[in-house]
Amino acid sequence: MSTPLRTSMPNSSDQPRGNPDVRLSVEQASYVYAPNPSQAPLFTLEALSFQAKPGEIVSILGPNASGKSTLLNLISGALEPLSGRVFLNGFPTHSLAPKTRAQRIALVQQESRLLFPSRVWEFVLQGRHAHGRGLRFESEDDIAVAKNALAQVNALHLTDRWMDQISGGEKQRVILARALSQQPLLLLLDEPTLHLDIGAQVDLLESLRRLAAENRYTVLVVTHELNLTGEYADQVVLLQKGKCLRVGSPASVFQKDLLEHVFQAPLNVEMTSSGRPRVTLFDKT
Amino acid sequence: MPPLTLGRLFLRCGILGVVLFVVVVIALKLGAVQVSLYGLGRDLVRVLLHQSSSISTDYGMIVVDIRLPRIFLAVVVGASLSVAGTAFQALLRNPLADPYVLGISSGAAVGAIIALMVESQLSLSPQYAGLITPFGAFIGAAVTIAAVYVLGRREGQIDSTTLLLGGVITASFLSAIIMFLMSTLTGSNLRGAPYWMMGSLSSLPPTSLLYFLAIGFLVAFGAIYTTSSDLNLLLAGEKEAMHLGVDVPRVRIVVYVAASILTGVAVSVSGAIGYVGLLVPHAMRMIFGSDHRMLLPASALGGAIALVIADTLARTVVAPSELPVGAVTALVGAPFFIYLLRRRLG
Repeated sequence: MSTPLRTSMPNSSDQPRGNPDVRLSVEQASYVYAPNPSQAPLFTLEALSFQAKPGEIVSILGPNASGKSTLLNLISGALEPLSGRVFLNGFPTHSLAPKTRAQRIALVQQESRLLFPSRVWEFVLQGRHAHGRGLRFESEDDIAVAKNALAQVNALHLTDRWMDQISGGEKQRVILARALSQQPLLLLLDEPTLHLDIGAQVDLLESLRRLAAENRYTVLVVTHELNLTGEYADQVVLLQKGKCLRVGSPASVFQKDLLEHVFQAPLNVEMTSSGRPRVTLFDKT
Repeated sequence: MPPLTLGRLFLRCGILGVVLFVVVVIALKLGAVQVSLYGLGRDLVRVLLHQSSSISTDYGMIVVDIRLPRIFLAVVVGASLSVAGTAFQALLRNPLADPYVLGISSGAAVGAIIALMVESQLSLSPQYAGLITPFGAFIGAAVTIAAVYVLGRREGQIDSTTLLLGGVITASFLSAIIMFLMSTLTGSNLRGAPYWMMGSLSSLPPTSLLYFLAIGFLVAFGAIYTTSSDLNLLLAGEKEAMHLGVDVPRVRIVVYVAASILTGVAVSVSGAIGYVGLLVPHAMRMIFGSDHRMLLPASALGGAIALVIADTLARTVVAPSELPVGAVTALVGAPFFIYLLRRRLG
């Protein structure tokens, strides 16, 4: 049985200012893509706000080109908001030093392209980079954390395999393990289910739910999967064309008219016995 | 799960160091005048004890004054080119990057030629005379990398094929400039177009310059080595590296400047020797893996070994005549380049 990754909470200076329940706070953050200042902007993300607690799974939901990735970049600190702020434990994410940021925010991208072959364990150890100083060699602690991370996503048996010789679902789990070995407060996932079959999708989301509960991660998933959001998210941020239309629980956001308008398709929304919404394509017959 | 430890790093470098030593000893022995191992050892000890005056035999003079500096030059140039190649491959995220293929060596050569022209106008005192050339080569290399980098970008991303094509075109353009400069200028100190375009270790720089270049190599290598953990992550892409805690702009500028220095060091004293910076890093990667903490020192030692061997072949195979060392490295390197290209595309 694996021990929890995070044995103690970060030191007192990391404690949030204000409401101690809030870990991530997006406050009126907006962004404008304008490659040429004299022309009309290509894309605008209008100011939006929401908050997330430790252990919570937030789904950023929307169709293509709705601003999901832009919002993700603002939260991860890769982009600086044009107005407003994104706070993680009271610190603006954009102004954190690269290493500090990587100790607190881990990003799982759709795919990790490798230039040269690498073993699974080497790949997972990359997550420990932010915890070292300059040039260093991995300590026993780093190896223990990496092994633990692999165990948490049920991928310990892959340790010595080559990254280019494992399946898509296995790869996604290994990329998640690297993010876990960063020991972050905030776990960001960019379309994590895009290349996965339905079994692997459920497997991944179940892992995320378990990890969020056990390790108190705040998990943010960018997706356009309605039913995975409905089933697994605690909070939904619904985006369309750069506007935030609704923030709330899946049950409150998943309304037939609203979803049909956002996704431009005839939809049926029904509540399951667990109180989770389920969406199907509207049957015209 | 066996990650790299300091002990394993030293062991592997030690083995490569022994190989380099053996290669150097063999290279000292080979040549028009045969030297016995005993005589070689005796002379080397005398040099180390600063008793050079007691070496009276002809072959002692040949070994100590001609072969040894030339081998030392091959060591510095080979190590510089290989480390520069390793750095460019990581920086540009392209396994086919190399100072020669991308035209950076040609850029350094143009810089060096212009520096030589300027130098002849300045009438400097002899001990400073050689120092402008490496500096000119460094500027030439830096400007060329910047140009190739801009040429290789498409929609804000470095595109592998565009980068290589941009490099090939840059190299051909700069070779034409070298030919133009060589045809219009006359001067005994310009060394000729074949030297700059193919590379050669046959014209020895003054000893003081050799030391200066060795120090330049060590400084640039040290600078790149401090970023070796970051380079491992940079291979996955700049965005991903940033999210793993790499200060990407800082690493990029350190590696960019240091790799330019290394190319400048090599080209200013040997011309544009091709394929060492491509072949050696790949060979080392096959043996030791792609962890830059191991790969960078292995490339330095491997590059030294490779160029000492190549130069020994260049001066012995068609003796008493001599091949440009760049011809030897291209004979081996070009087929290897094609192999890598086909494996990547296939």
